[in-house]
Amino acid sequence: MCSDALTTSRRMSDGVRVAIASGKGGTGKTTVATGLAHLLARCGVPTTYADCDVEEPNGRIFLEPRIDDTHPVLATTPVIDGSRCTNCGRCCDVCRFNALAHLPDRVLVFPELCHSCGACSLLCPEGAISEEPRRLGEINRGTAADIGLGFVEGRLDVGEPHAVPVIRAVRGELTGDGVAILDAPPGASCPVVETLRGADLVVLVTEPTPFGLSDLEQAVGVVRAVAGEAVVVMNRTGMTEEGDAAATRLCEREELPVIASIPENREVAACCARGGMPVIAVKGYAERLQPIVKLVQERLAT
Amino acid sequence: MSAKELAVRELVVVSGKGGTGKTSLVASLAVLWGPKVVCDCDVDAADLYLVLAPEVIEEHGFSGGSTARLDTSRCSRCGRCLTLCRFGAIEASADASGPVRIDEFGCEGCGLCAEVCPDGAISLVPSENGRWYVSNTRGGPMVHARLGPAEENSGKLVTLVRREARRVAEEHDVNTVLVDGSPGIGCPVIASITGASHLLVVTEPSVSGVHDLARVLDLADRLSVPAAVVVNRWDVHPDGAVEIERMCRQRGIELLARIPYDPDVTRAQVAGVPVVDHGDGPAAHAMREIADAAWRLLEAGSQRMERVSKEAG
Repeated sequence: MCSDALTTSRRMSDGVRVAIASGKGGTGKTTVATGLAHLLARCGVPTTYADCDVEEPNGRIFLEPRIDDTHPVLATTPVIDGSRCTNCGRCCDVCRFNALAHLPDRVLVFPELCHSCGACSLLCPEGAISEEPRRLGEINRGTAADIGLGFVEGRLDVGEPHAVPVIRAVRGELTGDGVAILDAPPGASCPVVETLRGADLVVLVTEPTPFGLSDLEQAVGVVRAVAGEAVVVMNRTGMTEEGDAAATRLCEREELPVIASIPENREVAACCARGGMPVIAVKGYAERLQPIVKLVQERLAT
Repeated sequence: MSAKELAVRELVVVSGKGGTGKTSLVASLAVLWGPKVVCDCDVDAADLYLVLAPEVIEEHGFSGGSTARLDTSRCSRCGRCLTLCRFGAIEASADASGPVRIDEFGCEGCGLCAEVCPDGAISLVPSENGRWYVSNTRGGPMVHARLGPAEENSGKLVTLVRREARRVAEEHDVNTVLVDGSPGIGCPVIASITGASHLLVVTEPSVSGVHDLARVLDLADRLSVPAAVVVNRWDVHPDGAVEIERMCRQRGIELLARIPYDPDVTRAQVAGVPVVDHGDGPAAHAMREIADAAWRLLEAGSQRMERVSKEAG
C-alpha cells in the first residue's frame, strides 16, 4: 500500500491536468482553482479538484464537499531487530538523510527524517531491518454534490515535515479521464515540483507587486523544468501603475500569456474571507475566468 | 550583560497561510529595532531583499543533497535500479534497446540505485541547490538565501541560514535575530522555528487564515515554542478577527495587535521600502505598536531565562 503511494507519480489517464501555482502565497490560487473547477463542472465537464497544498489545505472551505472516504497516507520507516543486528553500521552509512545514527551499542532511528527509500533494509547484511508503516497524513475524497464536482484533498499531519509523499498520494487518486485541477502549495521547491510534474497546463496566479513578481519568476523556473505550457492570471491589478507596468514587462520577457486580469476589489476579498466563492457571489467574476475555462476545454478536446 | 553571556534570541515570523504580510512586517520591525541581525528563511520565495536593499558582502554556494547520474556507456540495462527506486525516478525507454533515464526532479538522492547497480554505472553527484548571502542593511546584517527553482532541501538551507545568522549575531555582539519564515507547517517551517525563542504569527481574518492559524499554533505547541498573534487587514472581515481573538484567548496566546487594511502597504512594497518608511498611515502606526510589543516579549523571555539560570547556578 505504501509503496503504491510512492510509485503512482506517472500519468495514468488521458485526461487533462491543470495545476494552479504562484510562487508567492496568498495571491489567489485557491480562489482561482476552486472557481475554475466549479465553472468546468457546471458546464458538464467531468472535473476533480485536488488540493495539493497539503500543509494548509483550504479548498474544502469553499467547495464544502461531502467526504465519502478518508484513508491514511503511510510511509515506511525502518525497524531494527536487535537480536539480529551486529551493529556494523552499514545502514547508517547508506542513509543519506541521517535518519539512522550509529551509537556504540546500537542503531538509533529518527523516523521524521526518513524518506522511505528502503536502502537500509535492502542493504543490511544481516537482514535485521524491516519496514513498518507510519502515518504522515490523510487523503479525503468526496464530491461537491450539487454540481457533481470530484474532490480530493491531502492533509499533512501537524508535526510531520514531509509534504511530498502526501502530494504524491493525492496525484495517485487522479486516475479518471476528464479534468483534474491541482491546487499547488506556495513556493518553488519540492512540494511544488511534485504537484506540477507532468501537468499539461500550469496557471500561474500572481499579483503585480515586487514580491508577487519575484516569486513568479521562481515558479516559472519550476514550470520550465517539470511541466509544459504556462499561462498567467494577474490578480489584483490597478493597485499601482508601476506594479502593473512591471508585471506586463515580466510576462512579455518570459513569453507568458496573461489569460485573465482581475482588478483589486475589496468585495472579492471580503467574499473569500467569509469562505464564499467569488464565481458565485461576486458579479462579473466568473466572466474573468472564462478564458481559462475555454482553454482547458480546448486542451481536453485535443 | 554582553551578548556573549546572554543567549542569542530569535523571533520568528510565520503565518500558516501565505500572503498574510510576514515580509512587510519583518522589514518594518528590522528598521524599527535596528541594528540587529535579520534572517530570511523563506528560501524558495525570498522577498525581504526587495525592501531592505541589502549590500551583499559574502556569497556562498549551497549543496544540500545529491542526484543520481547514469553513465549509459556502462549500463547493461539489467533494470535493477528501476525495480528498486521508490520514487519512480528511473525510466526505461519504450524501445527495448534504448537507454535507461534518471528523472532528476523525481530523484530524492537516496543513492540506493548507485549501491545496487552491478555495473557501477550510477554515481551520486552533489547538486548545487542555491546560494546564500551575508549582507548589510539598515536593520543590521542580514543572512539570506535563494534556493534554485525546483530544488529540494529547503529545510537544510533554512537550518544553515539560521545557524549563520546566530553566528553573525555573536560576531557583532548582538543578541537578537529577527527571522522571516515561510508559509505552511512542513519541513522549512519546522526548520525555521525549532528552538526559537518566540513566534510571531501573522494571520488574516479569513476562514482560510483562521484554519491555517490553528495548524501553525498546534505545531508551535508540539515544538514548545511560545507564540503571539497579529491580525493583518482585520477590517476586511471583522467577524474573522473576533474569531481569532476567541481562539487566542482559549489557547492563552497573546494577541499583540490588529493591522487595518491600508493601500500604503502595497505602495511601500512597490517603492522598495519598509511600510514604516512610507508615510504614517494606519498600517505603519500598527507596526510601530507591534515592534514595541514584540520587543517586550523577547525581553520578558530573556529575563525569565536569566532567573532560571540564576536559580540553577
